[in-house]
Amino acid sequence: MTVIVYVPNDSGALALGAGRIAAAIEKEARQRGLDIKLVRNGSRGMFWLEPLVEVEIPEGRIGYGPVQLKDIPGLFDADFLNGGAHALKVGPIDEIPYFKKQQRLTFARIGLTNPVSLEDYLSNDGYRGLNNALAMSGADIVKQVTDSGLRGRGGAAFPTGIKWNTVLNTPSEQKYIICNADEGDSGTFSDRMVMEDDPFVLIEGMTIAGIAVGATQGYIYLRVEYPHAHRALNTAIEKAYQAGYLGEDIQGSGKQFDLEVRLGAGAYVCGEETSLMESLEGKRGLVRFKPPLPAISGLFGKPTIVNNVISLASVPIILDKGGEYYRDFGMGRSRGTLPIQLAGNIKYPGLVELAFGLTLRELLYDYGGGSASGRPIKAVQVGGPLGAYLPESQFDTPLDYEAFAAIWAVVGHGGIVVFDDTVDMAEMARYSMEFCAIESCGKCTPCRIGSTRGEEVIKDIIAGRDLHKNIPLLRDLCDTLLNGSLCALGGMTPYPVLSALNHFPEDFGITEQASAA
Amino acid sequence: MTETVSMFSIVKEITSALKDKPGALLPILHDIQNALGYIPADSIPIIASELRLSRAEVHGVISFYHYFRETPPGKQTIHLCRAESCQAMGSKKLEEHVKDKLGIDYHETTADGRFSLEPAYCLGLCSCSPSMQIGEDVYGRVSNESFDSIINEMETLS
Ligand SMILES: Cc1cc2nc3c(=O)[nH]c(=O)nc-3n(C[C@H](O)[C@H](O)[C@H](O)COP(=O)(O)O)c2cc1C
Ligand code: SF4
Ligand code: FES
Ligand code: FES
Repeated sequence: MTVIVYVPNDSGALALGAGRIAAAIEKEARQRGLDIKLVRNGSRGMFWLEPLVEVEIPEGRIGYGPVQLKDIPGLFDADFLNGGAHALKVGPIDEIPYFKKQQRLTFARIGLTNPVSLEDYLSNDGYRGLNNALAMSGADIVKQVTDSGLRGRGGAAFPTGIKWNTVLNTPSEQKYIICNADEGDSGTFSDRMVMEDDPFVLIEGMTIAGIAVGATQGYIYLRVEYPHAHRALNTAIEKAYQAGYLGEDIQGSGKQFDLEVRLGAGAYVCGEETSLMESLEGKRGLVRFKPPLPAISGLFGKPTIVNNVISLASVPIILDKGGEYYRDFGMGRSRGTLPIQLAGNIKYPGLVELAFGLTLRELLYDYGGGSASGRPIKAVQVGGPLGAYLPESQFDTPLDYEAFAAIWAVVGHGGIVVFDDTVDMAEMARYSMEFCAIESCGKCTPCRIGSTRGEEVIKDIIAGRDLHKNIPLLRDLCDTLLNGSLCALGGMTPYPVLSALNHFPEDFGITEQASAA
Repeated sequence: MTETVSMFSIVKEITSALKDKPGALLPILHDIQNALGYIPADSIPIIASELRLSRAEVHGVISFYHYFRETPPGKQTIHLCRAESCQAMGSKKLEEHVKDKLGIDYHETTADGRFSLEPAYCLGLCSCSPSMQIGEDVYGRVSNESFDSIINEMETLS
């Protein structure tokens, strides 16, 4: 009997050797005359177990990990193909608490299927949302998205339904759907996982968006750092065209939607939606003044929806199960689930999709298992390079847009980067200013000049020079950035800088005496 | 001489194939860099005339994006992640080691032309920091030792 063996093709698993493991398993099986079918699935998102090899047996999918090349003969000796006992055996994947306790809506298929198999997609609830949408009016589709309470997962948390409604109600012979796949935020990889591990769900979400608002052309603006996602998307798009899920006449509905991937070129600011559109138009990625809103005058001056990968990938399940179903998850005004990314110095790094409302502490310790180094966790940065640093005293904050805003922090794209007590927070603040200086689009003075000046001032502070002058100077600079920047690159760099300064003054050489004075 | 001729014909071919796409400039620059490894200064007038842009506009776009380069890269380009998650897992020590081992800083190429070194600001591999990328190959939990063996293996292969 042929045994199905799964070895992930997700680049997080590849980075830990999954490619070589897959080849070695095939070779070993051949040499032993064993009949296996190797499937390259996505990652389950439990990266401390990667490369995580799974076998499908009557009891379910049984995992072994992390598998190294040297383990492979032993795995065969232990009859892992039939779920045999082995030191690396983690048992049925569905029973691993880290996985079992999650609420996977957007990530429902990820890790389960072969990402570029349309058959797998269809037999695991794929394209049910689109089928429903094709029988609905644009306004009804938009209403489902509005009812779901979905807010943009790219950072700004703007209600997706409201944005769609504006585009729906702006007449134009041409409209566009843009997927923002620039995922520049450090500590985040959920977009990458969706694109590599379930590209059809993004294609379906964009197609629904196009049909809803009457846009016939979509672009995925993908960062060039993601070659594996690029390949997966192009393969999936080609298959969707062949099967009539993209193109002139989607599933015989007479509705059209075309889709193309465009590559960025290593500019963080091009994740900002207006800079992204400039870039798509073939220009330098200078941020545009708003208004006009992109929903009214966006790409090539036409009404345009710009949504993050996760926002769009959450649309199919909303159209499949209804806005209310999605809305029933979450807390307050943060509805649905968030694919949270645990990164940095953490024992169990990975992807955890959960309804909003869990506290940071639960995520860091119940899921994350504390730091990887075993040392105390000193600070976490939530929401990418423009997100605030949170000290332990704030770990009881629930993951909720409003709760985070109340402590001058952001949820952003849901990345959590953990630092142990060896981190120097003044150095992290310096890096934030350096990053802003490197990535500034240069359109406004506070950001362009202020960031360079900010880095110099922090260097002086680190060297212990004139703290009584330089600390207020740093605060002034941050004020200027906060109030005088056109976009959030300049406007939010003060979040990591000031949170580091306020929560960890001792790292800036500020003694209690000095701060009292 | 023949090299210049083939450069011109490659750039011409790419540009005329893509110039009618909406927002064609970035796709053109990507294809040129894929084919030649960089975007030669001599290609700018060709692109500019095909797209009806000024040379300054084309150059402005090339220089805006960190990824586009105007000088030839080494045989392999190493993209080392400098961002926060990797810093939390010791990337600064790794960075020192890498620069030391290769004898170059960021944006430089080794004297023997084998390696170029570029910073990356997150590779989406933060669940296995510190990380790097060489071509399409990705590497996680990179240590000084694993870096050396990756590089040594490449040197023996080439
Ligand atoms: C400097 C900067 C970088 C950004 N980078 C991204 C990004 O990489 N991905 C993303 O989805 N949104 C990013 N955003 C937010 C976008 O401007 C925009 O809000 C988002 O794409 C809208 O989609 P959403 O409503 O689905 O979140 C960035 C914003 C700024 C200011
Ligand atoms: S804040 Fe910085 S990145 Fe944003 S528009 Fe101004 S200069 Fe450009
Ligand atoms: S130009 Fe942007 S604030 Fe002055
Ligand atoms: S921060 Fe280094 S890979 Fe994300």
